[in-house]
Amino acid sequence: MSSKALPVVEYLKLPEDGDPYLEGHQCERCGAVFVGRRDHCSRCGARNSMKTTRLSDKGKLYSYSIVHRSFPGIDVPYVSAIVDLEGGGTVKGNLVGVEPDPSGIEFDMPVEVYFDDALGRRDSDGNSYIAFFFRPASESN
Amino acid sequence: MDAYIIGVDMIKFGRFPEKSVPQLGAEAALLALDDCGLPIQDMQALYCGNLNQASGMVGQRILQQIGQTGIPVVNVSNACATGATAFREAWASVKAELYDVVLAVGVEQMGRGLLGGGGGRGISKEGLMGSGTMPSVFAEAGLEHTRQYGTTFEQFAKVSVKNHHHSTMNPKAMYQIETPLETVMNSEMISYPNTKLMCSVNVDGAAAAVIASEKKTRELGLMSRAVKVRASVLTSDPWQERDLVMPDVNTCTRKAASAAYEMAGLGPDDIDLVELHDCFATAEILHYENLGLCEDGEAGRIIDDGEVELGGRVPVNVSGGLLSKGHPLGATGIANIYEVSTHLRGEAGDRQVEGAKIGLTHVIGLGSACGIHVLEGVSA
Repeated sequence: MSSKALPVVEYLKLPEDGDPYLEGHQCERCGAVFVGRRDHCSRCGARNSMKTTRLSDKGKLYSYSIVHRSFPGIDVPYVSAIVDLEGGGTVKGNLVGVEPDPSGIEFDMPVEVYFDDALGRRDSDGNSYIAFFFRPASESN
Repeated sequence: MDAYIIGVDMIKFGRFPEKSVPQLGAEAALLALDDCGLPIQDMQALYCGNLNQASGMVGQRILQQIGQTGIPVVNVSNACATGATAFREAWASVKAELYDVVLAVGVEQMGRGLLGGGGGRGISKEGLMGSGTMPSVFAEAGLEHTRQYGTTFEQFAKVSVKNHHHSTMNPKAMYQIETPLETVMNSEMISYPNTKLMCSVNVDGAAAAVIASEKKTRELGLMSRAVKVRASVLTSDPWQERDLVMPDVNTCTRKAASAAYEMAGLGPDDIDLVELHDCFATAEILHYENLGLCEDGEAGRIIDDGEVELGGRVPVNVSGGLLSKGHPLGATGIANIYEVSTHLRGEAGDRQVEGAKIGLTHVIGLGSACGIHVLEGVSA
């Protein structure tokens, strides 16, 4: 078991001396942004063309669903959100801080990414994890 | 040389835990063989689609039930496009003149409950990083349409009302039950905007088709009930900026539709009926536009106006669709070919689309694969 919390996905980075962030891979030839590690570009076919890029923690809600039935042990309802990040990259996560009702959710609403414990979930070795979530962007942004 | 469907059938979809996957496939294979009056000994190859036992040599095990003749067997797995892919491989082998009469089978035995969302290392991501369940994935695809065109929950729900109504006329559908709009909208919410009655039914099922060359079809004297395959197209998903988190079922369908219309030498206005991939009610709305059945942004209107009902301008999912006939993944892409063929033969009984001459079938396998077939009745 690790003494520190682990990132829930490989593209969530937890630097020793800085804030957590999401990492993208961007093609140096065509500019396509991918979330998740890769070597070659599936948009233009360029080989060994990827550089890492720090994805924004600000974005807009593109689409969503409101989950009322899930697998046993998962708290419902919750909002599953697809967010386009500023500057490229689209990620999916839980949108918190809104009522789980379509009347309170607007397309393109500005949201921010934040990082927190993975709802108390631990793996079979007892490790805890850090996950990312979305919340409505604060007014000052 | 053209290829023709000379025999095609499906078993009634349902739940058959006492039967094995090869048994279900064998039942459908025998029905299709009986439909054209040929024995298994006449089949020159078997193309078998199945998903949940993809490494289990299902095609060979079907032949172990009905006749081990030593023919080549190809086992196919391509998500929910599995059956259509098996059919297409069979069709391609006849077009290539490798064989002049072959068998395609699609079969699946399903559990109950939600599909998707499991797997992966570490901890479960479901409910932590949004949802990967199929009802959610297609809810998100549906709300993308709402975002673009203002499509409403009620319009999505009407798809389910229509398809359940159609299935009351289909004795081979899982259900024959009317579901009024209020019933659909008030059934258990699974993932907004998909309620339980707006999700396809997990069922066991099998369907099969015998495909022959034009020359062989004439030699066998089977042309009068034959169905001509005017187009067979398979696509995968082109790169799209959101497709890593939001599987794109639209672009691959549009690409397949335009290729299919070109191959068939016709357009959407020539299509008399459509069986499309209504895995969720939200999905059907998207595909009206993707298949060119209406202009972009008009899908909500054509469900409101009844254009896609039996008796309407272009009836969609007269079988009851995946929503009510049921969705046995690997069988679906041949079962919809059975449905359209039955109309083109004028043998669909109460649900017959009058005067149907040309029909289209469509499936989507998430991940993604799109299969489209355009079929034409010979006797019509």
